[in-house]
Amino acid sequence: MVIINLGLNNPGYLQTLPSDWPGGFWWHWLLFAVIIIAVVLVMVMAFIYMARRQIGRMQSRVGPNRTGPFGILQPIADVLKVLLKEGIMPTNADKVVYWLAPVVALVPVFVIFAVMPFTNGGMLADLNVGILYIVAISSISTIGMFMAGWGSNNKYSLISAMRVIAAVVSYEIPVLLSIAGVLLLAGSLSMNDIVLAQDIPFILLQPLGFLIFFIAGLAEISRSPFDLLEADSEIVAGFHIEYSGIKFALFYLVEYGEAFILSCLITTIFLGGWRGPVLPEWLWFIAKAVIVWFVMVWLWATLPRVRIDQMMALSWKFLLPLALINLIITAIQVLALPENSLWVMIPVNFAITAVLILLWSKLFKLGWGRVEV
Amino acid sequence: MMAIRTEPFVLNMGPVHPSTHGVYRMRLTLDGEVVVDLEPVIGYLHRGIEKLAEERTYTGVIPLTDRLDYISSMSNNLAYVLAVEKLAGIKVPERAEYLRVIIAELQRISNHLVAVGSFFNDCGAYFTPFLHMYREREKIIDLFEMVSGQRLTYNYMRIGGVSQDIPEEFLPAMDRLLEQMPRSIDELDRFLKENEILLARSKGVGILTKEKAINCSVTGPVLRASGVEWDLRKMDPYSIYDRFEFDIPTGSAGDCYDRYRVRIEEMRQSLRIIKQAVKQLPSGPVVADVPHLIRPPVGEAYAHIEAPKGELAFYLVSDNSIAPYRCHIRPTSLLNLAALRDMVIGWKIADLIIIFGSIDICLGEVDR
Repeated sequence: MVIINLGLNNPGYLQTLPSDWPGGFWWHWLLFAVIIIAVVLVMVMAFIYMARRQIGRMQSRVGPNRTGPFGILQPIADVLKVLLKEGIMPTNADKVVYWLAPVVALVPVFVIFAVMPFTNGGMLADLNVGILYIVAISSISTIGMFMAGWGSNNKYSLISAMRVIAAVVSYEIPVLLSIAGVLLLAGSLSMNDIVLAQDIPFILLQPLGFLIFFIAGLAEISRSPFDLLEADSEIVAGFHIEYSGIKFALFYLVEYGEAFILSCLITTIFLGGWRGPVLPEWLWFIAKAVIVWFVMVWLWATLPRVRIDQMMALSWKFLLPLALINLIITAIQVLALPENSLWVMIPVNFAITAVLILLWSKLFKLGWGRVEV
Repeated sequence: MMAIRTEPFVLNMGPVHPSTHGVYRMRLTLDGEVVVDLEPVIGYLHRGIEKLAEERTYTGVIPLTDRLDYISSMSNNLAYVLAVEKLAGIKVPERAEYLRVIIAELQRISNHLVAVGSFFNDCGAYFTPFLHMYREREKIIDLFEMVSGQRLTYNYMRIGGVSQDIPEEFLPAMDRLLEQMPRSIDELDRFLKENEILLARSKGVGILTKEKAINCSVTGPVLRASGVEWDLRKMDPYSIYDRFEFDIPTGSAGDCYDRYRVRIEEMRQSLRIIKQAVKQLPSGPVVADVPHLIRPPVGEAYAHIEAPKGELAFYLVSDNSIAPYRCHIRPTSLLNLAALRDMVIGWKIADLIIIFGSIDICLGEVDR
């Protein structure tokens, strides 16, 4: 076997790590693979616990409080329960697709974290196309969901599968365009460089971009109010209606893993990532991600669900034009403003955001019209 | 460009589905997401209550009526005992009449809380409005528990009155409720009324025109939301409703949003009635002197009330025995459901769910 030396044995980003960091490329690779899997699993369980407690509070009830102190072991109990369930497969399911779907959906969730900077340079691979990599990989999960919807041979899950495709096609574009504004400011696609560029957090420089990214991101990972693909009051559970046991657990993991990804992305791109005083860097990162998750659960507990055509209209008529305008404005500002005077953008951009949103909400009404058959 | 050939498909929604409010089944023909046709399939909860009633004494039927629309058992009790009293010509004591009105109006509030809460659930709000509504409903159920000892199937009304007088802690609790409930309703209303997504989802959706509503013999809040000012409490005052001042809230467009608004307003009007009734509550016996086994004279009687969901009526035929010869129920939910198909065709699945939720049916009453 010929091993082609790509110069990977000592890549540049390893030098940003502490000097006592365990050695070569493969050790680094292995260690981070373990760290990522552990962090994602632990954070998913933490997110489940937080969501349940927080929604409990918001619904004027207590939430899980029996398993362990403050019910902190509830996610573990949930996982055990779901693993012990019998796996039932519909008779007429497309067996290969049905079995493959949870795996196809799950793998990207872990793979994305390869480029997530938990600390300064503390990441598996500091790809110079990091953000592009994330956008590309995250779409693969969608294929897994579509496979699940198609392979289950169930009409509810088929409807859900079609909604998945519709949602992702329309929301990928505002997501990318809102990131593009950030990339103009950061001047790099590398996740770590984006954090390093944030002397002022980009949420202040790009308020409109942040809002668009947040809303479109919620739609992309199908969180409330865009949880159309598992709309429990309409299509029961959507694409994973026919899944039980560990295969269902994997989809559950995907759902919360994607929520963790979105929290991490917002943290990295808009909230200054691991940067922060006093506390260790990884703690800042996790704390910011948790705050983003808090907001997401807040929306989850309060908002009704939009309809599919309203969701499409929101993307194409509202978010897309605003994202384009935001991109153009940012480009002009980056060109026109001299170095080290980016703070000027803060008041200007907040004013522009307010004006644009007011203007567009006058022009745009979430489709009240009747749908033609 | 070559057109993609599509064809409608059939989806059986229910009887096991989270938002069919029980075991209702809709056989939908869908074109993608759009509803082309709907065929209701009912009878999954049929218990033959009308037939069972023929085997029981007049008093023994009351627990059966609890199981009709189990969200508002008290109203069912009331409609039935009114029919028997009409049949047998029994005079009800004053205090019992007032208690009946208080209880029936509380039941209306509790029913509308459930209706509005589950309507929001159908819209996709993750249980939050629902549980807040249930928190308020809980207070009413506590009152019902005080008077009847039950929390769901109350079996409180009796022929000629009510089963027992209210305990002494009832009126103080009632005062607390009257003081606090308007604030809770206002609070819930403030949070929900102007929600942009709710407006987008429910305004102009599932319109039921005035003519259509009347032709389908729809009653209750659904009819009033279509702009018809029809309320049996005013049009044909039964019990002592002619002594109270209240308004009939109506909608204008007849869409899901109007149905939700009408329910909220009705809760406020019910509180108004309860306030007046509590103030006027006389003392005295709560049940007329009625034999345990009544034998009404040969004949028939029809009594209808404005139940929370609409007009609920009992038609009784007596052959001078201890059991009704025939007991027919005019079920509100079943007749309101008749308008569903016309309201949903052309709308999407998501709209179908909220239109269905806005009618507010109870399968116990549809199937009987």
